[in-house]
Amino acid sequence: MESRKSAKKAPQKDKPARNGKLTLCGTTFSVLPLYLFTLAFVLAPLIYMFVLSFMQRGGSWGVEMSLSFDNYLRITEPVYLGTFTESIKLALLCTLFVALLGYPFGYFMARLSPLWRQRVMLLLIVPFWTSSLMRLYGWIIFFRANGTLDHALMGIGLTQGPLRLLYSYPAVVTGMVYALLPFMAYSVYASAEKLDRSLVEASRNLGASALRAFFSVSFPLTMPGLFSGIVLTFIPSMGLFFIADILGGSKVVLVGNLIQEQLMRAHDWPFAAALSVCLMALTSIFLFLYSRLTRALGSGGELEGLV
Amino acid sequence: MSAAELLRLEEITKRFGTTPVLRGVSLSVNAGEFITLLGGSGCGKTTTLRIIAGLEKADSGRVFIAGEEVTHKPPNERNIPMVFQNYALFPHMNVGENIGYSLKLKKRPKKEIRKAVGEALALVRLSGYEHRRPSELSGGQKQRVAMARAIAGRPQAMLLDEPLGALDLQLRREMQLELKRLQEQLGITFIYITHDQEEALTMSDRIAVMREGLFEQLGSASEIYDRPRTAFVARFVGNANILSGAVVDRKPLPEGGECIVFQHPAGRERLLCPAGASCAKAGPSYEQGQKITLAVRSEYMELSPAGKDSSGEDRGLAATVTGKSFAGGQLRITALLKGGGEVTASRHGIDSPLKIGQAVRVSWKCESHAVPVED
Repeated sequence: MESRKSAKKAPQKDKPARNGKLTLCGTTFSVLPLYLFTLAFVLAPLIYMFVLSFMQRGGSWGVEMSLSFDNYLRITEPVYLGTFTESIKLALLCTLFVALLGYPFGYFMARLSPLWRQRVMLLLIVPFWTSSLMRLYGWIIFFRANGTLDHALMGIGLTQGPLRLLYSYPAVVTGMVYALLPFMAYSVYASAEKLDRSLVEASRNLGASALRAFFSVSFPLTMPGLFSGIVLTFIPSMGLFFIADILGGSKVVLVGNLIQEQLMRAHDWPFAAALSVCLMALTSIFLFLYSRLTRALGSGGELEGLV
Repeated sequence: MSAAELLRLEEITKRFGTTPVLRGVSLSVNAGEFITLLGGSGCGKTTTLRIIAGLEKADSGRVFIAGEEVTHKPPNERNIPMVFQNYALFPHMNVGENIGYSLKLKKRPKKEIRKAVGEALALVRLSGYEHRRPSELSGGQKQRVAMARAIAGRPQAMLLDEPLGALDLQLRREMQLELKRLQEQLGITFIYITHDQEEALTMSDRIAVMREGLFEQLGSASEIYDRPRTAFVARFVGNANILSGAVVDRKPLPEGGECIVFQHPAGRERLLCPAGASCAKAGPSYEQGQKITLAVRSEYMELSPAGKDSSGEDRGLAATVTGKSFAGGQLRITALLKGGGEVTASRHGIDSPLKIGQAVRVSWKCESHAVPVED
């Protein structure tokens, strides 16, 4: 066996140059499907959407091939600009809450014993096994008039009658925070898990109180996780239209809702495309600013668990 | 308590789960002393250090630093900086910020911090490295920065957890001398951990050999080396050969003490115990037939061709040469004793006339080179 093996290997070793070429060829072929997939399902739709955004809505259905900037000019109308600023405000608010809740969650999860860590992680994942829409309906039951929350509040005597909690701004924020919290928890966890405990010990040893050690060592070193959590929260919360739809009724209109409305109800595909291009541009700007910021803070501009 | 005592451990015990790690460790360290805890992995040496630093809580026992009980104090109130094995430099701070960290916590003025950082860097011969990032440093430089960070606050004592463990041999030798120089220059008490007996012997004033959560022997380097108390210490510090046998004859020496004849399954050899030597028992002397364990360092082991010695006496232990190897400037010859057991002899030189498979007589060069030890 031994001798046969070495006999087979020997001729390959003699031609290292050809070997190298073969591998290069192999690499090209092995990544080709990925290229094709990306071209067909990512790049092509993007180009289609971009081109579409310069066209016009055709009568009651379809698209007219007349290129102009009209759709983009329409976005500058106060109604639509207002939607954008509202979206950004809501996204910032959600991100803030998610960070405040998710950071400690992820941080302490990393400090649990391996067994408990697994259990907590499972608890985080389990909700994803059911449709997010289903889970949102759960929130409706919780928030609606005479729902779970109302009953609880009346039960402890805080309120007399049913409150109008559903279809309100706080309900939308709650739903968004709920939906996005796991992403923050996970990315902070990924950072905190890598944190070398001996650094914290060194800081305590050199005279830092537990709190001081956290703020001077643990927190700066887990910031990449927090930042990528912020990106993972902020960008989706600009576009999670169905949460605003289901929990906010028609009171909270986000860019996502606007796009959906233009697409499904008004059948104005080009305008929806223009809105989407703007949303993408906006999130790209935020991503760019983010990478600039993190680089300035010295964490290398890497998105923990993202890139 | 003596005035010069800086650190005292009283009967420290510690368990991790059901495994006892420390089983009653007591230690008293004087100011300015260089004391080394020497032992293999899992002997409890790091745990001892971490208990002193307050990073670990002892199950029982007390810790005193500079006469004050600190058993229940948090690590930040102990002022006893530690040099970690992996250096634990803060990666998000530059060298200067790392070194000035403890001073910044004490809210010292910036000017003073900058001065102290400069001085600490000069001490470790890294002046001008303030603005480097730890990631830009070599292993040896990181080690120096870790030292400087511990020194910067001018502590009375320092804990060092295998600080040279990650460095290559040559750098380690250099750093050993440098550490010793620093320690003497600054007069700081060092509590040093290593598993390297050579390192311990080179640097320490006193060595505590640890085994399974206890101090096997505590003494000066020469005491540990020349007069190991137990077979474990003899083996751990300097690779001694351990031979078990019995006392078959003893004759009092004219100048005091006695000469013992040691009987091993492979033969017999004399052993000299002059009065005052460590092997000379303080109490009653050895009895006829008493079991005895001897430790003989490999450099004192002598192998000569089988047969009678120059004076025509039949002595030494019968053995067969099994191997020869050249390592670290020394030739090591291993031989299998008749009836089992291996001995190692080492000497300077590249080769020896002895051949593998040759029958030899094992003896020790000087009768006092065999040291009776506890098994």
